[in-house]
Amino acid sequence: MGILEVKGVNKRFGGLQALGDVNLDIAEKSVHAIIGPNGAGKSTLLNVLVGKLIPDTGSVTFQGQSVLGRTPFQINQLGISRVFQTPEIFTDLSVLENMLIPCFAKRDGSFRLHAVESIESEKSIIEKAEAMLEEVNMAAKRDMIAGSLSRGDKRRLEMAMCLVQEPKLLLLDEPTAGMARADTNNTIDLLKQIHASRDITMVIIEHDMHVVFSLAQRITVLAQGTPLVEDIPENIKGHPKVKEAYLGESA
Amino acid sequence: MLGLNTKDTRLLLLVIALTMLAPFLLNPFPVDSELAQFNAGYPDLMQRFVIFGIFAIGFNILFGLTGYLSFGHAAFLGVGSYAAIWMMKLLTMNVIPAIIMSVIFAGLFSLLVGWISLRRSGIYFSILTLAFAQMSYALAYSVLTPITGGETGLQAKISDPRILDSNAGEFGRANLFGLQMSENVSLQVGGWDFTFNAGYYVAAFMMIISFYIAIRIFRSPFGMMLRAIKSNQQRLNYTGLNSRPYTLAAFVISGMYAGLAGGLMVAMDTQVGPERMFWTASGEVVLMTILGGAGTLIGPVLGAGMIKYMENIVSKINDTILHQWFSFMPDGLEDFVVTVIHPFIGKGWHLTLGIVFMLVVIFLPGGLMEGGERIAKLFKRKKGSGSGGKDPEHHPTPKPHVA
Repeated sequence: MGILEVKGVNKRFGGLQALGDVNLDIAEKSVHAIIGPNGAGKSTLLNVLVGKLIPDTGSVTFQGQSVLGRTPFQINQLGISRVFQTPEIFTDLSVLENMLIPCFAKRDGSFRLHAVESIESEKSIIEKAEAMLEEVNMAAKRDMIAGSLSRGDKRRLEMAMCLVQEPKLLLLDEPTAGMARADTNNTIDLLKQIHASRDITMVIIEHDMHVVFSLAQRITVLAQGTPLVEDIPENIKGHPKVKEAYLGESA
Repeated sequence: MLGLNTKDTRLLLLVIALTMLAPFLLNPFPVDSELAQFNAGYPDLMQRFVIFGIFAIGFNILFGLTGYLSFGHAAFLGVGSYAAIWMMKLLTMNVIPAIIMSVIFAGLFSLLVGWISLRRSGIYFSILTLAFAQMSYALAYSVLTPITGGETGLQAKISDPRILDSNAGEFGRANLFGLQMSENVSLQVGGWDFTFNAGYYVAAFMMIISFYIAIRIFRSPFGMMLRAIKSNQQRLNYTGLNSRPYTLAAFVISGMYAGLAGGLMVAMDTQVGPERMFWTASGEVVLMTILGGAGTLIGPVLGAGMIKYMENIVSKINDTILHQWFSFMPDGLEDFVVTVIHPFIGKGWHLTLGIVFMLVVIFLPGGLMEGGERIAKLFKRKKGSGSGGKDPEHHPTPKPHVA
């Protein structure tokens, strides 16, 4: 039994069957990629996983707990973090402040005024944030306003914000979309390093096959809302059904 | 000092100096000079400066930090005022219980309004708060007449019970342990006449405390959360934080500031009417905050001062005064100039305010504070040229923290 289980999920938008009977079993500490042509239902599936959309039927369980009906912040508290297609960061705040907010949230996730607090706990939180910035090579930019960072740096910052919470599952929605080749390779290296250095499961949704085959241990191919094949990368490359889905029936 | 960094301490000391020396600073012209009508250093107006300053500081905690634009803050001002006048009717003419209860009642009412309104954001939130405020106004005007005095409002009267005052029944004035709010000390130096009013200093003291608390909120992790809400609520939710309790806390805090302002209004002038809750009063505090600079510490106070100054000074200029000013011109030209200026003065002060507001929003989107910053930058550049210190063309320019 994996860390994340999706069973018989269906989702319709009016006449469109966005997801049809999706079954997924994601093994703990693996890197699992979900690929598929445009409109295959990849983003819908991701939105179901983070609680943004509620499926018509089926179940999604994370470590034995159902995620359906929970709000995004409750799902995050279970240990699921999400990296967006366009980096979602606090653009008006400094890089360090961007890091501090997930640090504050991690402790209990609930509301507090932080009015009366010992200096020490705040110090240790700042140290933790700085160590994480160091790991993604952004320590020198700690006082910059996040909105003025480059695209690649924004992505690194967003990942650092997710990782500092020590999530068990990291969902990545096209982490290299719109990046130059050099930035893409940097991101691949960073993700490899992250996966090697901690107990983390990653689910990657990606268009770029270079990224998918460099990272993924298992790949699920989605077409028209239904999983076609699930296998290791070597077997996916030459799979006739995959070629058909991507290139049309003539291939 | 007091847990503030050097820059904030300087800002606080500046505000203390400005408020304490206001009777001098606002009275730059001798009494019998022609410019004496531009003096703003009389008790009534000075009180209004600091009271609306408090109102705007509180509003800025909500609007400036979280970006939630409330159009109903006058309701909390009104609730605070009614709570204060009832304390004066029932307990004592001492202002302390009145001020405390005004803050508490405004806080409770804002908790209710915020709890409902904060289910929505953006324009829907604004409309909900506006609806609540207008509802409160209408209720105070009609159904709640036994509590609010309806159209005529409430005044402190001789017949009120006032159980804590030993000389019950005798009509006292609002006081602080015997020091009457309306007490004045005059100081005449040369042609100048400076008035020091007890009520003003009580209100100014409250404003300094309010300002200090606002600085602490701006600089705290809580303030950082509020700025994060304004910046990207989506990311905040996916970081495991529910933004509702934070916005609600900010809403209640700013409601309590409004209540304090309402209570102080009653302390200065012991009467209340429902028009205090009318939507124009809610709009006014929005104007003050934007005019001064939303999200900055001192901006809203400047905005409040500017609007109140124009309301009281520009509106007092009339045609006779204009004719005096332009009497050096030939007759026809004088009449022409007076006719051109006429719509902008007296009752037309709103027109002047509107133009100033538009100019500020278009050319200084950061409010008066941005204007100040630009001027400061201009001076720095002039000084720095040649010395080879900081590179003025350096990009990206280091952005200031919330100033």
